[in-house]
Amino acid sequence: MNFGRSLLSHRNSFFSSKLLKPVIYCNIRNKNKASNFFLIKWNEYFHASTYNRQEATGTPPPPEGFMPGVANSKLIKHTHEEAIKDPELAKAGVSLGETKKMNLFQSINDAMSIALATDETAIIFGEDVAFGGVFRCTLGLAEMFGRDRVFNTPLTEQGIVGFGIGIASVGHTAIAEIQFADYIFPAFDQLVNEAAKYRYRSGGQFNVGGLTVRAPCSAVGHGGHYHSQSPEAFFAHCPGLKIVIPRSPIQAKGLLLASIRDANPVIFFEPKILYRAAVERVPIVDYELPIGKAEILKPGKDVTVVGYGSQIYILENAIQMAEKKIPGLSCELIDLRTILPWDEDLVVESVNKTGRLVVAHEAPKTSGFGAEIAATVMEKCFLRLESPIQRVCGWDTPFPLVFEPFYTPDMIRCYDAIINSVEY
Amino acid sequence: MLARTVFVGFRTANSFQWTKRLLNVTSQAFQSFSKDDAKGEKVHFPGATQSYFTDKMQFIQSIDPISTYRVMDKEGKILDPAQEPRVSEDFAIKIYKDMITLNIMDLILYEAQRQGRISFYMTNYGEEAYIGSAAALDNDDVIFGQYREAGVLLYRGFGLDEFMNQCYSNEQDNGKGRQMPVHYGSKELNFQTISSPLATQIPQAAGAAYALKMSGKKNCVMCYFGEGAASEGDFHAALNIAATMKCPVIFFCRNNGFAISTPALEQYKGDGIASRGIGYGVDTIRVDGNDVWAVFNATRTARQLATDENRPVLIEAMTYRIGHHSTSDDSSAYRSKTEVENWKRLDNPIIRLRKWLENKNWWNEEKENDFRSETRKEILKSFSRAEKLRKPSLTELFNDVYDQPTSNLIEQKKELKRLIEKYPENYKLIKFKNEGNDL
Repeated sequence: MNFGRSLLSHRNSFFSSKLLKPVIYCNIRNKNKASNFFLIKWNEYFHASTYNRQEATGTPPPPEGFMPGVANSKLIKHTHEEAIKDPELAKAGVSLGETKKMNLFQSINDAMSIALATDETAIIFGEDVAFGGVFRCTLGLAEMFGRDRVFNTPLTEQGIVGFGIGIASVGHTAIAEIQFADYIFPAFDQLVNEAAKYRYRSGGQFNVGGLTVRAPCSAVGHGGHYHSQSPEAFFAHCPGLKIVIPRSPIQAKGLLLASIRDANPVIFFEPKILYRAAVERVPIVDYELPIGKAEILKPGKDVTVVGYGSQIYILENAIQMAEKKIPGLSCELIDLRTILPWDEDLVVESVNKTGRLVVAHEAPKTSGFGAEIAATVMEKCFLRLESPIQRVCGWDTPFPLVFEPFYTPDMIRCYDAIINSVEY
Repeated sequence: MLARTVFVGFRTANSFQWTKRLLNVTSQAFQSFSKDDAKGEKVHFPGATQSYFTDKMQFIQSIDPISTYRVMDKEGKILDPAQEPRVSEDFAIKIYKDMITLNIMDLILYEAQRQGRISFYMTNYGEEAYIGSAAALDNDDVIFGQYREAGVLLYRGFGLDEFMNQCYSNEQDNGKGRQMPVHYGSKELNFQTISSPLATQIPQAAGAAYALKMSGKKNCVMCYFGEGAASEGDFHAALNIAATMKCPVIFFCRNNGFAISTPALEQYKGDGIASRGIGYGVDTIRVDGNDVWAVFNATRTARQLATDENRPVLIEAMTYRIGHHSTSDDSSAYRSKTEVENWKRLDNPIIRLRKWLENKNWWNEEKENDFRSETRKEILKSFSRAEKLRKPSLTELFNDVYDQPTSNLIEQKKELKRLIEKYPENYKLIKFKNEGNDL
C-alpha cells in the first residue's frame, strides 16, 4: 500500500504532486565517478522539461508521514459490515445507516460539518483553516458554511484559545484548531488557568464547555522537535480539562462530535500520521462515542496492554509478535481513547484479571501519562500484580529528528516489554 | 451612536511625524501640573505625560500610512543620489554573489527534497535582499532568526558544507541531526540556533541585547521574524520590554505577504507591522524589502541608534514570498500562479541589484554566467559530500539534554544498547557513525 500515491492523487491536495517532477536519479553510493555522474544528472535535470518516471531513493515525505501497519490492521473497519457491527455504534443507533470510505482527516471534516449543521452557534477557526487547513481537515467547510463561521485567525495560539473561551463563555460553540500540538504552548495559560477553571472559579455560574481545541500530534517520521510531540501529559495534570485522542476515522468522528457537545472544554489530539494512513467505512449519520470510556480492542487473559492514538497499531503488531513467540499467550489490548478523565475502572478490572500491565506512549517516560496509569494500578491491583508494570515510552529527551526510529516505542520495544512482563 | 461622532482628521496632520522622536519624558509628570502652555492644559496622569486635554471627542480611526523607504527603483536606478550607499565594488559584489548563491542553493535543496533526499526545506525566493541587513551588521552582533534567513548566515561565512550537513542531518551537522532541515545555528558566527515555534526569538533578542548593553559592548542584537509571527503575543511583549529596558536590538520584520496561506490582509488590520513600533515607543522605519540598499541603509542607521543610544528599532521590510511556505505547502491552493510569476518577473531583488551593478560596470553577463555555473558546481559538490556522510552517533540522542547526562538518561541509553544488541535486525545502524557500538 503506497500512501504517498493516494496522498498525491487527492484532488486539491495541499501537498500536491505537481512539484514532484519525474527525475532520473543516479546512485551516488556507487562511488566510482559518482560525483561526476551526479553533477551531470543534476544538470540534465535542471535543464530538461520531461523525463521518464523512475523511482528515486524515495518520495518526499508528506507532513503527516507514513504508517504502513495501519492498512492491514484488524482494528480498522474495512467493510460496511465490520463498521456497523461495532456495539458502541449500535448503541448509538447508527447500525442501519450507510457508511462511506473516509480517512481520518475526512472523518474529522465530516464531524465538523455535522457540528456546524446541527448547531447554529458553532464556529471553526485557526491558522490557515479557511482554505482547508494544512492537513485538509477543514476542506470545503468555509465554502459550505460561510467565512463568518469558518475562518482564518491571525497567527496567535493564545489568541485562538482565548477567543474560543470567549465564544464558549456566552454559550456558543467554539471549535479551535492549533496547527500542531507542538505549538499549543502559547495557549497553555488560557487552557490551564482559564478554560480549566472557568466553571469552578465562578461557583458553577459560568463554564466554557462549548470549547473544543483540536491539534495534530505525535510522530510522523521526519518532524523533529517541533512537529512530533505528544503533549497530553501536560494537560492531564489539569483538572477541568478533558483530553481525547482517537485511533481511527470511525472513532475520531464519534469522539469529536462528543467532544464538541461535551459540557466541558476538551482538547482533541489527532495523531497526524493517521490522517491519510487510516481509512475506514465511517457511518455517515450523526453519532457520538463516549468520552471517558476506554475500549477493549482485543480481549486476553495474561497481560493487559494499554495505549492510545497511533500507538495502538504498534501495540497490535507487538501483541501479534508476542503471541506467536509464546504459543498460548493471550494479551488484552486496551485503547484508552480519553486521557482525562481516564477509564480507571476498565484498566483496573483488566489488570485484576491478567495480573500484568504494559503501557506505551510516545511522550517521554518521566511524568508521561503512563506514570499515572502505573501508579493507579499499583494502588488498586497491588495484590494481583504478577510482574512489574512496564512503561514503553519516548526517552527523556526532546524528540530527535534523525534518531526517531530509536526514540519512539516501536514494535520491538513493546514486544520486548510484553515478554519481560510475562516471563518475569 | 459613537461611530457618528468619530473625527477622522489626522490624515494631513504634520504633527504626526512617525519618525519624530519623543522628548525625554522622565519625571515630568508633576511639572506638568503647573506648566500649561499655548496648547492648553497638559495631562498630569502618570500613564500619558505628553498629552493635552481637549474638549473635542475624537476617535482616531486612521493615520497617514507610513511611507516605504527606497533607494533604487525596480530598474536599479538610484532615486536620490544622496541616499546611494558609498560602498566598494567588492562589498557590493559580495552581497550580490551571496544573493545568487542563496538562490541556487534554494533551487537545489528544494528539488532534493522533492526527490526524497532530504526531508524538508524552505526557500528564500523573492526575499534575498534581506542580505543587505546582514551586510550592515558587525560580526559580533548577535542574530536571532526565524527560519527563512539562510542568506544572513551565508553572508557571515557559514560554509556550503555547513548548510548541506545540517539539511542532511549528518555527523558534521552543528545541530547533531536533531532538528529538521534549515534549523541552522552557529556559535562561531553569533547566530543562535533556529527553532520552529514562531516569535519565541523576539523577546529573547531583547534579553540578549540588554545583556550586551550591560556588558559594555558596542554591539546590538538583530532579530528576524515575519509579519505572521508578529501576531504572536511574544512580538508585543518583546517590543514593549525592549523599549522600556532600552535594549540595543533591531527587530527586522520580513513582511512577505503570507503566513503559510493566510495573506497579510487577514493577518492584521492596522498599517502593517511598522505602525505597532510607534505604539511601543520603538524607532520605526518601513523599507522596500526588495531594495537591497534601502535594507542596508536602514539597518546601518538602526544599528547606530541601537549601539550608540540603546534604542530598539523596528524595520519592516516589505517583500513578497515567491516560494511556497515550505516543501509541505503548495501555494497554488491559495494564490494564483500568475500573481507569483508577476512578482518574480517584475520586482525581483536580485535583478534589481544586478542592474545597479551593471550600471556601474561592476558586473556583466559573462561574470554572471561564470559565477552561476561555478556556484552550482560548488553547491552540488558540497551536496554530494554531505549525502555520503553518515548520521551522527547514536550517543547524540542522549547528549545535550542537560550539560551532564542525568541518571535516567544514562539508564535509558543502556536500555537502548540492550535492545539493539538483542534485536540487531530491528535497527538500521549502518548509516549511523559507529553503528551504535559506542552506546
